[in-house]
Amino acid sequence: MSESAPTREVARRAFAAEFNDASYTFKESDDERAPLYALLPTGARANRVYVVGTLTETEDVGEDSEYWRGRVVDPTGTFFSYAGQYQPEAASALRETETPAYVAVVGKPRTFETDEGDMNVSLRPESITIVDAATRDRWVVETADRTLERIEAFDGAASQGGEAAAPDEYATMAETQYDSDLSMYRDQVIAALEDLEETEVTAEA
Amino acid sequence: MTDLRQHAVEVDEQFSDELDVGVDEIEERLETLVSDYRVPIEEARRSVVSTYLDEADMEREQLSDGDQAAEVADIDEPEEWLDLTAKVVELWEPRADSIAQVGLLGDETGTVKFTKWAKSDLSELEEDGVYRLGNLVTDEYEGRFSVKLNSTTTIEAIDEEIEVGDDATEVEGAMVDIQSGSGLIKRCPDEDCTRVLQNGRCSEHGEVDGEFDLRIKGVLDDGGEVHEVIFDQEATEALTGIGLEEAQEMAKDALDTEVVVEEMRETILGRYYRVTGPTLGRYVLANETETLEEAPDAEDVLIKARSL
Ligand SMILES: [Zn+2]
Repeated sequence: MSESAPTREVARRAFAAEFNDASYTFKESDDERAPLYALLPTGARANRVYVVGTLTETEDVGEDSEYWRGRVVDPTGTFFSYAGQYQPEAASALRETETPAYVAVVGKPRTFETDEGDMNVSLRPESITIVDAATRDRWVVETADRTLERIEAFDGAASQGGEAAAPDEYATMAETQYDSDLSMYRDQVIAALEDLEETEVTAEA
Repeated sequence: MTDLRQHAVEVDEQFSDELDVGVDEIEERLETLVSDYRVPIEEARRSVVSTYLDEADMEREQLSDGDQAAEVADIDEPEEWLDLTAKVVELWEPRADSIAQVGLLGDETGTVKFTKWAKSDLSELEEDGVYRLGNLVTDEYEGRFSVKLNSTTTIEAIDEEIEVGDDATEVEGAMVDIQSGSGLIKRCPDEDCTRVLQNGRCSEHGEVDGEFDLRIKGVLDDGGEVHEVIFDQEATEALTGIGLEEAQEMAKDALDTEVVVEEMRETILGRYYRVTGPTLGRYVLANETETLEEAPDAEDVLIKARSL
């Protein structure tokens, strides 16, 4: 395509449990305005994510001005979304949505350090909209699929070792940063899909 | 056709007058270089061409100029010189004396607008005729590509039928963004212009009394790829349920055109769609839009997960 087209960052799909583990962030250049990426433990960089889940709780946690926190729950955990005066549309969505509701959130991963010194990962929404159950189910299957793709690529990169033409940069980075056991994320994928199948059966019954 | 095969066919064509090599042999040589020796394809092709040049005792300059051979779908840069074998799908009425002919060319991969300048003094193209057109130059206007026939262009009528391809692409994903310039907009009333006005101004014609229109410039994202999609008035109404009249009413009541796009945002952001239509520069023009309401089957993914 023509080079004049600005490249937009893809919105990654990751379950809450993996997203919340993505505490390592980095930039690809020294430029102050360079995009910030969170490193997903399954080996991909995420500047933006798209998540769908149940908005279970909203709370204005701001002191001087409105600062809304929304808990968006998926089958594996909770995404914490924060929106203030610089995300007016998302903030008003959190203020006005009656919980519980299925919502789609497009947003950027952000990390912050807790008082205890832990790194927490949260979501700074660009948009929050109410969606239906079918959209949520589609997201679960899609996210399961994308997560498996990353795990497969990760295993491929690891097993090829030094001989590989180019072992995936972000798989290598994830291995260094997290040294995590990816079977945990695979098990979450399985649990999420089984959960989906069960609800389908219940719905049909 | 694979990339390798395509290169092999092109190399074979380059040597067609001199050597009887065969596409299979060429492809095999390319394959060895690319797969076993990890040579980039361009370099592999150069190397294979060199081998045959030696064999045929030829100089590189003597090669038939296959480099510019292109297909309509390849056109994605302005100011590129290329050759097309294409059918004249439509001839339009030229709007200026400087233009001899204007219309649509097509090949298996799609269609592209062409312009033939009067001053180039080229022979006449006939509707439905198939031609080998040498040395065209590409152009771009607002993301739309076209080709220009110029004084260096060669035109050769050939006795061949071309099944002109439908250049529709299909993209799907979640609607993750609605870009500025969406919703209720105003266009320049000049019929050859129709540019979208910025604060009542056309970038070409200055301050004008604009005409209302509806459109959405959206972003579909499937977690791997991002596609920009344009919905025209009709497609926007089908997608959002808001027609032009209603949109104007909404804007009038709120004294603000922004309410229209805000309402549209709530209806479509975060939902999954499949869009089919031609590609215009960066954008896919939505001819058909389908809301993806059925959740895909979880079973296959589950089987894959358990096998890992
Ligand atoms: Zn104008």
